[in-house]
Amino acid sequence: MNDFTLWDILRNLLLALRWTVALSLIAFVGGGVVGAALLLARLRAGPLLDRAIAGYVQLFQGTPLLMQLFLAYFGIALLGVEVSAWTAAAFALTLYTSAFLTEIWRGCVSAVPKGQWEAGSSLALGFGEQLRHVILPQATRLAIPPTVGFLVQVVKGTALASVIGFVELTKAGSMISNATFRPFAVFGCVALMYFALCFPVSMLARHLERRTHGRRA
Amino acid sequence: MQLDFGAVLVDWRLLGVGVLWTLGLTAVATVLGMVLGIACAWARAHGPGWLRWTVGTYVELIRNTPFIVQLFFIFFGLPAAGVKLTPETASMIAMVLNLGAYATEIIRAGIEATPRGQVEAALSLALTRAQVFLRVVLPPALKRVWPAMVSQIIIVMLGSAVCSQISVEDLSYAANLIQSRNFRAFEAFIVATLVYLVLSVMTRRLLNWLGPRFFFGR
Repeated sequence: MNDFTLWDILRNLLLALRWTVALSLIAFVGGGVVGAALLLARLRAGPLLDRAIAGYVQLFQGTPLLMQLFLAYFGIALLGVEVSAWTAAAFALTLYTSAFLTEIWRGCVSAVPKGQWEAGSSLALGFGEQLRHVILPQATRLAIPPTVGFLVQVVKGTALASVIGFVELTKAGSMISNATFRPFAVFGCVALMYFALCFPVSMLARHLERRTHGRRA
Repeated sequence: MQLDFGAVLVDWRLLGVGVLWTLGLTAVATVLGMVLGIACAWARAHGPGWLRWTVGTYVELIRNTPFIVQLFFIFFGLPAAGVKLTPETASMIAMVLNLGAYATEIIRAGIEATPRGQVEAALSLALTRAQVFLRVVLPPALKRVWPAMVSQIIIVMLGSAVCSQISVEDLSYAANLIQSRNFRAFEAFIVATLVYLVLSVMTRRLLNWLGPRFFFGR
């Protein structure tokens, strides 16, 4: 039997870390696009669509991400499409992210005073122009800190993709731990790697938060 | 494609036991996690320097790592260090530590918003430091942050679905067991997901109702 040094463990974990980062970025970017589309639909649409999107948000926020992953994994397969763990995880995490981001951004848009919209339309700006020149510049300023903060949730969420067999950091940790019989060291390293990934983002979010809202008294 | 929910619903007893485990774990985690959160929030606000630092490290470590890794570390990692745990105990510890860290931050925000004058008024009435914290500072602080606290408790409950991975027989474990028997995976997880949705809506209502009656007066 081979002996595994700590460096062997670390090296293999670092290789798997790439997939955690890749999956996080895909979910974050994809979720951002879908979330923005949903936000637009919600701003434009009548009460029916508004309720439908509210239901979508409630559905993703009120159920475990693990179940969403299982449903994506088995649900897409049911449609007759061969689905890899990678596709299912990217799909589920994208929808999950979109639900949270659209809700965060909706809050930011509705934090912009109504008078700003009215001022925009009194200047004969269309909906798109009001949004682009008046509302979004103000809403974006508010939206950046919580959006960055949510990135941490996405990174942590990707750990669940290990359960449907996608080999990212957590899954690699389980596999290496089974091979080396050193679960304490392996999962300790896995945790520290997530920490190294998430902590700077958390700090950044907190810093941006302070800058946006000013120092608390 | 044909969906057969009947095949899943005949095993309603399994699902019921799963619901009880999920709710039980969440209830214990809520109580112990909040006690831990209150203690840590106090330590961060009033404790000596080394204690503040320790609590700060604990909070950041938990908040910046996934729950599943915390769970695996406790369940698989700790036995190697000589601490053997059943899956249920390991889940319990992981959930309490997890909620405790978030609760610390939430409650601390509530404590920091307490007007100084109230503390001074209480001290001028010769209340001890402990009495001031428990009777003057804490109740209104909990009231201020209760909505955030409720949301966090629900996040922990939904996160506990992961505990099925170390064979705790909770709701997601029941769904897994059912689908391994009848191969109706999609239906089993749809049912479990909807039950989780109902649980999270009901838990939110219950906690919103309980909070004012138990923790901070009406």
